[in-house]
Amino acid sequence: MDTTMVTVKINGSEYPAPRNATILDACTRAGFKVPTLCYCEDVAKNASCAVCVVEVKGAKSLLRSCTACVHEGMEIVTNSPRIRDARKTSVELLLANHPSDCLACLRNQNCELQTLAADLGVRGSRFVRTKKAEKLDTTSPSVHRDPNKCILCGRCIAVCQNVQTVSAIGLSGRGIRTKISTYMEKGLGNVACTYCGQCALVCPTGAIVERDETDEVFEELSNPDKVVIVQTAPAIRVGIGEAMGLEPGSLVTGQMVAALRRLGFRKVFDTQFAADLTILEEGHELIRRLRTNGTLPMITSCSPGWIKFAEHFYPSSLAHLSTCKSPQQMFGAVAKTYYASKTGIDPRNIVVVSVMPCTAKKFEARRPEMMSAFEYWKDKRAWSETDAFYDVDYVLTTRELARMFRETGVRFSSLPSEEFDHPLGESTGAAVIFGATGGVMEAALRTAYEVVTGTPLTNVEFTAVRGMEGLKEASVDMNGTVVKVAVAHTLKNARTLLDQIERGESPYAFIEIMTCPGGCLGGGGQPIPTTWAVRRQRAESLYREDAGKPVRKSHENPHITALYKEFLKEPLGDMSHHLLHTSYERRGLRPWTAGSNGQQHAASVRPAG
Amino acid sequence: MKSTFPESPGDLEFGEIAFQDTMIKSVSGIIERYGRDPSRLMDILIDTQAEFGYIPRPVVSFIARDLTISAVDIEQTLSFYHFFATRPSGRYTVYLNDSVIANMMGREEVARTFEREAGCRFGDVSADGLIGLFSTSCIGMSDQEPAALINGRVFTQLTPFRVKEIVRDLKSGKRLDEAMVEGLGDGANALPEIRSMVRNNIRKKGPILADGYRPGDALKKVVKMRPEEVIAEVKLSNIRGRGGAGFPTGMKWEICRNARSEQKYIFCNADEGEPGTFKDRVILTEYPKMLMEGMAVAGYAVGATQGILYVRYEYMYLREHLEKVIEGGRKKNYLGTNICGKEGFEFDIRIQFGAGAYVCGEESALIESAEGKRGEPRDRPPFPVESGYHGRPTIVNNVETLCSIVKIVNNGATWYRSMGTKESSGTKVLSISGDCKYPGVYEIEWGFSVNDVLEMVGAADVQAVQVGGPSGTLIGPNEFGRTLSYTDLSTGGSIIVFGRERDLLKDVVLNFLDFFIAESCGSCSTCRNVPVLLRQKLLKVLDARGVPRDIDEMLDWSKVLKASRCGLGLTAANPVVSSIRNFRPLYDRKIQHGKDYDSSFDMLAAVRASCDAVGRVPTLMADGGGAA
Repeated sequence: MDTTMVTVKINGSEYPAPRNATILDACTRAGFKVPTLCYCEDVAKNASCAVCVVEVKGAKSLLRSCTACVHEGMEIVTNSPRIRDARKTSVELLLANHPSDCLACLRNQNCELQTLAADLGVRGSRFVRTKKAEKLDTTSPSVHRDPNKCILCGRCIAVCQNVQTVSAIGLSGRGIRTKISTYMEKGLGNVACTYCGQCALVCPTGAIVERDETDEVFEELSNPDKVVIVQTAPAIRVGIGEAMGLEPGSLVTGQMVAALRRLGFRKVFDTQFAADLTILEEGHELIRRLRTNGTLPMITSCSPGWIKFAEHFYPSSLAHLSTCKSPQQMFGAVAKTYYASKTGIDPRNIVVVSVMPCTAKKFEARRPEMMSAFEYWKDKRAWSETDAFYDVDYVLTTRELARMFRETGVRFSSLPSEEFDHPLGESTGAAVIFGATGGVMEAALRTAYEVVTGTPLTNVEFTAVRGMEGLKEASVDMNGTVVKVAVAHTLKNARTLLDQIERGESPYAFIEIMTCPGGCLGGGGQPIPTTWAVRRQRAESLYREDAGKPVRKSHENPHITALYKEFLKEPLGDMSHHLLHTSYERRGLRPWTAGSNGQQHAASVRPAG
Repeated sequence: MKSTFPESPGDLEFGEIAFQDTMIKSVSGIIERYGRDPSRLMDILIDTQAEFGYIPRPVVSFIARDLTISAVDIEQTLSFYHFFATRPSGRYTVYLNDSVIANMMGREEVARTFEREAGCRFGDVSADGLIGLFSTSCIGMSDQEPAALINGRVFTQLTPFRVKEIVRDLKSGKRLDEAMVEGLGDGANALPEIRSMVRNNIRKKGPILADGYRPGDALKKVVKMRPEEVIAEVKLSNIRGRGGAGFPTGMKWEICRNARSEQKYIFCNADEGEPGTFKDRVILTEYPKMLMEGMAVAGYAVGATQGILYVRYEYMYLREHLEKVIEGGRKKNYLGTNICGKEGFEFDIRIQFGAGAYVCGEESALIESAEGKRGEPRDRPPFPVESGYHGRPTIVNNVETLCSIVKIVNNGATWYRSMGTKESSGTKVLSISGDCKYPGVYEIEWGFSVNDVLEMVGAADVQAVQVGGPSGTLIGPNEFGRTLSYTDLSTGGSIIVFGRERDLLKDVVLNFLDFFIAESCGSCSTCRNVPVLLRQKLLKVLDARGVPRDIDEMLDWSKVLKASRCGLGLTAANPVVSSIRNFRPLYDRKIQHGKDYDSSFDMLAAVRASCDAVGRVPTLMADGGGAA
């Protein structure tokens, strides 16, 4: 790494800049904002939009500041009539092929193209359309694509290929017919897509968005026959405030609860309750695997994008996945059994709405096996298949919840702080940190250590597994048994650990894998933009909430203890097995012979180049 | 929730091959041939297409699985190149050139005859699946147009009569060879490994095209020199890149030599795609040994052991010939290890074919393509000499440049500099076509004027000359005194002559815009859109609906292309800009003067088009009436 500095002249004054820094970096350091569009920090540098152009003395043409590097004595101008004209023209060229019905778009008022056009004073486009209209891709239960809104910046491809190593989408065709497409335009729902939604998170326009379920939820909320309850994931309390206009990372647990009540939810519960439950189940599963010579390492199963990734790309390693359902699904199953029994509400009338930082959760809730509560009741009540219901009925992303708040006029900043409802709203500090990479691991270690050793932890904070490093590892001494653990976030990093397992070289007993960069707090359903700086702020808030909780270990959550006592009996028991554990499908990639279901083609896949 | 895939038999399109287990063997063999290397995807796809006539979708899935890459990765490459077909394209696939020269030489009639005789339109396959008709950009036969590729074989100087014969022969089951009744071309074209009817048309010979070349002389000489001395000699010769950009070759070599890396690469750019250029085809046919020797010299000079000859798909008919030459070079120890007895001098060459993309002539796009990817130009810096093929220092030199090097080594830099002008030393091989008596290949010293050239090729009553192909300049008689050189009229070799009777706007400028639209990689928004917009404007002008402002806007919008990333985008408006600058009266004659806007604008049609575009129901025309 070259750390020497050079001096560059920007708009007439001299500034230091690291050698090999891009002009964009140098200008940003010097306090000059150069507008960008296709550039996306740490994700994409496609140099295709020609918006970030600057003048450099001696250069024949304008240079793209996102890729061109500085050198000693470089003279840069970031603002001149020529530059403004070029930037405006570039935006106009994109607008020529972009629908102008912004009001109908989910990204209205949160669209980089719209903002850029406004900032640059673009009032319309001189140019006429040069492309034909294209079909929407609504094949996925999680994200929808509208190619007409696509400006071909390539960010989605970059994040899918380089961050997630999934390659569900790519460029197809060339020239004016270039488009971003799934293989042979089959649609995201028909290819090996994990539904992680990172593409939606980096899309500068409304070309890739979450599948919106707000209308359905509003409908249910106005139905007097239904008991509509809501659960919120840990990452929502550090994301929703931001989506409502507060500072990134704002911790707004109490206001969020108040706002959800005002929206009309009968009960406001916490997914964190189920997170504590997950720790009990998963912790005991780990202990059992350790003691019975079971399949190790065991890998967490909370992140549905990761689950689908494993099913597609590592189907022969599925035995390593914990059989525990994710907290979202545990919550649904418990709500429609335990809570329904406790309150006497007909589970068929309970509507469970999840608020998740995640688009893949929308798919997870629709997995056919996620109907445990119905299975539980159907024989008891002699119900038929027509009575069938899912454990979780609707999944809203943070962004969708923000839209509902705005639509109903919930004034977030002036709300009082309120408490979650009982009993599914109680949680520990261990559950809070599920939202950050390493959090599930830390929570599990807090419980597993005490269960195995029988002695209380002096320090509950396992800092080795905290932070934004892509791969983290730690060793924990439990009564002389050293347990090696690893934590990965992003599917690219997951591959490293999975390949190690497939080679038979994994030294770990327990692995946490989260699909999205930073963990759930950087999920595909979170507010846009989600940058590394924003992720860090959200993580900080989660750890602050954990530190302030009176109980910080899942097994000490009294309501979890009550749940076992009254209903589940014991971790990994029969009831747990039916309600809280699941199985996985060997999806494989794509069959290439007629009639094949793809199961035999379990090769792992990585992108070219 | 199991995914469904269109590979099941019910989803196969008409004529598609259902996947059979027997296919696995041949595809596996192809993949194996290229060492299961995803970066050899171009070769794998080319061979797959040769095997099945097109690239069946199940095969794509199979290749993806076998290479452990995503099917979408393959599609990215597959869909980029013009000659890759994803559906059956006929037992005989006709690619008829649609360059400006082909049109001038009677393509239209030839095309109509093809359609009539085959029974299908261009872009389609005949009902019996026998013949597929497709258009393609210049195939490097401008001196013998109209020309077409049929299953990779070249058919030149087509006439309606010949087309009837050819189609009749194919229908009656004759082999392609038998359908080529004219006999074989001159020189090496007649060799058994080529057997082509293509003619060389070498009209004027200079140092490169001279007779009496003795393979190996240059190599035997350089092995006695230090690499630095070779580079010094090349620098002294002052030779600049012959592909068009004109970068000093010696400097390129020196930077590469100084770059630290355990592996370096020498690429020869034989992706001659600029319409009107065909001189590299002639060199590849007649002087491939000289070219290989030039590559080996470059390898010695910069310290590279691997050479890659990137040849455009259109010249696939030369494959066996080129491979034979490489094999011969190995036998003679001009390639291989300890070349010419020089301990440690190791160099070998492989051929990389393209698959139809003009932009791959751009050096970084060419490298991307050779790595099995879409031919999208890279962002520079870093330049290929620092980080090129597989991230290693890479030289990309034109065919003619590398041949010139051999002559420079043999005869010395001083000799070379005695030819040409001060800034532009040596000779240039030109491809001259269009309205002239003697179209063909001419090797001249730099410094000839356009007038000299026109006289040489027997062109009279010339309206305009396109120097440097579509990306070059269109000049009129008042500029025919200008000289061919890097400092005045620079050219990669294409010279197209237009006679008095040609409609420059319709026949030339519009055709060139179509070319740039077809060949844009689509990465930069500028190059993707602006040529389309310019074309719309030009059509408006040609339709006599233009107003003065349209011309101003064409010039204005052309400037936008200057924000493009590569040479293709930077020059895509040149046809428009140079024709407006040099032939303004042609535009002025077509437009409506004294008007600010075109009053014949069809509002309803525009609304409908716009509604179609955004997928809205046009409320104004809900009754189905309107402009239709």
